[in-house]
Amino acid sequence: MSHSTATPAAGNPEKFEFLVTGDHHAPNGTLLGFWLYLMSDCLVFAALFATYGVLSQNYAGGPSGADLFDLPLVALNTAFLLFSSITYGFAMLQMQQKKLQGTMFWLAITGLFGLAFLGLELYEFYHLIHQGAGPQRSAFLSSFFTLVGTHGLHVTFGIIWLVTLLVQLRKYGLTTANRRRLFCLSMFWHFLDVVWIGVFTIVYLMGSMS
Amino acid sequence: MSELSTLIFGRLTWDAIPLHDPILIATFAVVALGGAALLAVLTYYKVWGYLWSEWFTSIDHKRIGVMYIVLGLIMLLRGFADAIMMRIHQAIAFGDATGYLPPDHYDQIFTAHGVIMIFFVAMPFVVGLMNYIVPLQIGARDVAFPFLNNLSFWMTAAGAGLVMVSLFIGEFAKSGWLAYPPLTGIMQSPGVGVDYYIWSLQIAGVGTLLSGVNFVVTIVKMRAPGMNMMKMPVFTWTALCTNILIVAAFPVLTAVLVLLSLDRYMDMNFFTNDLGGNAMMYVNLIWIWGHPEVYILILPIFGVFSEIVSTYSGKRLFGYSSMVYATLVITILSYLVWLHHFFTMGSGATVNSFFGITTMIISIPTGAKIFNWLFTMYRGRIQMDVPMMWTLGFMVTFVIGGMTGVLLAVPPADFVLHNSLFLIAHFHNVIIGGVVFGTFAAITYWYPKVTGYKLDPFWGKASFWCWLIGFYLAFMPLYLLGFMGVTRRMSHFDDPSLQIWFQVALGGAVLIGLGIACFLIQLYVSYKKRGSLRDTSGDPWNGRTLEWSTSSPPPQYNFAFTPRVYDLDAWWHMKANNFKRPTSGFLPVHMPKNTAAGMMISGISAVVGFALIWHMWLVAGLSFAALLVAIITHTFNYKRDYYIPADEVERTEAEFDRVRLANQQSEVVA
Amino acid sequence: MSGTLRNIYITALGALLLSGCDTVVLSPSGDIAAQQASLIVWSTILMLIIVVPVIVLTLLFAWRYRASNKDATYSPDWDHSTSLELVIWAAPLAIIIALGALTWVSTHKLDPYRPLDRIAEGKPVPADVEPLIVEVVAMDWKWLFFYPEEGIAVVNELAAPVDRPIKFKITATTMMNSFYIPALAGQIYAMGGMETQLHAVINKAGSYEGFSANYSGAGFNGMRFTFQGMSDTDFAQWVSRIKAQGEPLRRDNYKALEQPSINNPVQYFSAVSPGLYDAILNRCVDPGTLCMRDMMQHQGHKRSNTGEQHHDH
Repeated sequence: MSHSTATPAAGNPEKFEFLVTGDHHAPNGTLLGFWLYLMSDCLVFAALFATYGVLSQNYAGGPSGADLFDLPLVALNTAFLLFSSITYGFAMLQMQQKKLQGTMFWLAITGLFGLAFLGLELYEFYHLIHQGAGPQRSAFLSSFFTLVGTHGLHVTFGIIWLVTLLVQLRKYGLTTANRRRLFCLSMFWHFLDVVWIGVFTIVYLMGSMS
Repeated sequence: MSELSTLIFGRLTWDAIPLHDPILIATFAVVALGGAALLAVLTYYKVWGYLWSEWFTSIDHKRIGVMYIVLGLIMLLRGFADAIMMRIHQAIAFGDATGYLPPDHYDQIFTAHGVIMIFFVAMPFVVGLMNYIVPLQIGARDVAFPFLNNLSFWMTAAGAGLVMVSLFIGEFAKSGWLAYPPLTGIMQSPGVGVDYYIWSLQIAGVGTLLSGVNFVVTIVKMRAPGMNMMKMPVFTWTALCTNILIVAAFPVLTAVLVLLSLDRYMDMNFFTNDLGGNAMMYVNLIWIWGHPEVYILILPIFGVFSEIVSTYSGKRLFGYSSMVYATLVITILSYLVWLHHFFTMGSGATVNSFFGITTMIISIPTGAKIFNWLFTMYRGRIQMDVPMMWTLGFMVTFVIGGMTGVLLAVPPADFVLHNSLFLIAHFHNVIIGGVVFGTFAAITYWYPKVTGYKLDPFWGKASFWCWLIGFYLAFMPLYLLGFMGVTRRMSHFDDPSLQIWFQVALGGAVLIGLGIACFLIQLYVSYKKRGSLRDTSGDPWNGRTLEWSTSSPPPQYNFAFTPRVYDLDAWWHMKANNFKRPTSGFLPVHMPKNTAAGMMISGISAVVGFALIWHMWLVAGLSFAALLVAIITHTFNYKRDYYIPADEVERTEAEFDRVRLANQQSEVVA
Repeated sequence: MSGTLRNIYITALGALLLSGCDTVVLSPSGDIAAQQASLIVWSTILMLIIVVPVIVLTLLFAWRYRASNKDATYSPDWDHSTSLELVIWAAPLAIIIALGALTWVSTHKLDPYRPLDRIAEGKPVPADVEPLIVEVVAMDWKWLFFYPEEGIAVVNELAAPVDRPIKFKITATTMMNSFYIPALAGQIYAMGGMETQLHAVINKAGSYEGFSANYSGAGFNGMRFTFQGMSDTDFAQWVSRIKAQGEPLRRDNYKALEQPSINNPVQYFSAVSPGLYDAILNRCVDPGTLCMRDMMQHQGHKRSNTGEQHHDH
């Protein structure tokens, strides 16, 4: 069957340049893509925060936040994470100056702060479970452990990524690909910081006051 | 069992193979024999190497798009088998007759039918279409992240694989397609069914989310120069909105399924009745994902119809900008309507009417779209080809489905129709009349682009009429049964006066089955007649958008030179201004390399999922470690690209020109 | 007036889809369901104003502008008309404004939580009539109905006097179900640890079907009961028959009843332990379990205002 009943209207005398004759490269989309991923991750946390909001009073006769939280400990933990964000910033500054050793040094410091944060969090969890306030005890504790634990899991994967990146930096140096990866991990790390500020405020501070 | 074997095998024993169920054994025999035959044929013709290097490891968006559609078709057969089994069962299970399916098997079937049709048929169709078409429409050589694209496909396939495995090892969920707790809690559903549900959706969900990110970046960053947002083809626009919806909705599904699995695996209390759990929260969360999901499915299909109506009417699309704004309005509103899925939960009248009215408001932009298609046809020259027939079938059917949908959005009306067969008829009306008709229209429309030959129209028309009439026969009785107060998910009925309607519906389902058969025959016949159906022009329908400027099938690199865009109908504009294909000046093309990493990572993910389903803790731990190692290893691969030499590009383009011009001449002579 | 229109509609529907089927949703026997049915009819008519022209125009344009019809005008570049687009957006908007207003009003008027102010069109609730209270428990997989004023309980059978408002208080033991008697009124979910409400009235004596409209697992299919609308005297007889035939429902035999069962027969209970429904609703039938209403209590401030349960810590 012919499809020529409708043909494009008569040619416009104006001359169009229809093709890009040179080499055309679309701009790299990695950072935008990673930012989109972070937004989707942010929605995971939003769902967990909402869940916590709904369940945060359902103590089922068990302990409440005010009964459990050790604020000075959590404040120390918060400090670890905030400092790690600053040290990551130092790593990025070194990267801008194309200093591989400095980048790796500050990256390693960041990782150590991250580990300290995780260590304290695990200690807190262990302590809570030990005193019978495990995630099974009440809906409040389920949502608490899940929200804080998901954040902790993110930090864990961040550290695994960080170590991988250290090896890759050592092996390949500050190549374009590695610089892009450093940027992505930087966004990830700061993102976790922001989420933690939400956790600290909504879960710990407001929970201790109730 | 010893400790060690529990650690390895978890709760998997020989009893998990459903030897007691003759239907499943027969199915298994058919699948096993069919599978073995297929493997034998593939081995005999020595196509394994070809499949591996040209398809499975391919990161070409076109190959991946085709694989998605093939996956969708295979799963359509499974989902339809479930449907016809339900229809047969409901048509005979009256009075003393209990039907041929044991109740617990029936309950698995309606759950599997819903899950498969939405996640593993409609989603692969839609994502597959976007994969194939979007980069071509925007003048790009591939998507932004070609490897992620391959990984997304294999994750989806891994999820589908787990659902299929549940057929023969263990069971699937008996919970309905959204698996509401407390029914899906560990106390009420201790078996593996719900775990199969959770892990297959989680694994496939990762794939969908990654593909959402991928396409948003592709469309935002990789459009050809000159193609600003308001010069993007409508299909690309709808694809953009759909992928934004994916990025914004799927995380909620991930989160809610995580919470459900924590309840099941770690005895937590999110959705339990006791210790403060709240099952209403699950229903809210899953619909915050679930309602955008239906727009994720339908928006690209609206785009497909926009392309088809305008092409086959030989006319510019009427009201392009209002089409775009309508799409945006639907995208935003789709987040403000989720509560209409459970007006009957006892929210206050004000909350219910708010969500009812927001739902109705969606019908305004949708209505505007329908009118735009209508006025695109107005004063056109309509070629009544198969894609256009699907489009007309869609327009008539979809407005009926839209009307019943708005009816269900009126809360007091929903109180009497909720969970009834009226509801079932409504959403099949929009999903079959919309997504399925649209997919078949799209496949017929773009088939020559993909394969180089058109589909045989006779069998296409046969398929269309079977589907259309079958749909009305199968679902109009369900509307009526809804008015008769018949509720969904029933495996047995007492009132004999209902039986006739179920028998009519069965007739409709059989007709739909014939429609599927005609489509498969169409594929076969067209392949056999490919010589006479050949498309050498690359533009068999006198198309308007850039995909028609390439050869059929397009070269691996899509465009030897990136096009510049001056008009919404870019290719039409090029044709109107005497565009001449260049014959020299070709440059090497930078392309990404194939990789098996996507298959590897997805395969291991499926093993992790399977181990978690069966509580094989040792296997789960080891395979999860393997998954991490595989991902990290992949990140050490820095050499992911290569160049297609300029002379190869030149040869490919010259060959296309030669065939095209030779054929043009022979047409003129004839 | 709406009654006549509804009849026309039903006749049309009947003619269309063969007569003789019992579309209970469109021709119910209770005032609430009747108003819901007329709402369905009116909304459908409103929407048909736009749906019918669209379908007609689709077919008409497809025929008129077919490629082989060379007489039809062909304007390949005509793609915009401000006035036409205004109509395109305004027409559905107008319908939705009308429908939205209808929705707002009817949703408030037919809110299941709202006590009735009439028992039928033009018949307000008499001042001296108090609603019949029925406490409904969706169990695995049967319905338990408490009549607190009559002091009886029934499994899988429900009765109410004609033209007297009924107030249902609805909960569940485990699964989520939906309490639905199409002839009487719309459905509402039954959920564990929560109470939903439904106000309705039955206007015609007769036997009607009631069931769970929300799939709840293995025994869902058999979660059906008969709902009988009867005269005041018949209802009094029905109550006294149950008092004579049944055994009392205490917490111990309630625990036996709570065990999952499929296609449970009708059971009568002549008397009920005080506070049983309340204990089921609050999920503390077993002594020693924490009641739902105390869910927000925590170790910090123990208190017990129920007297029935003991905190174990």
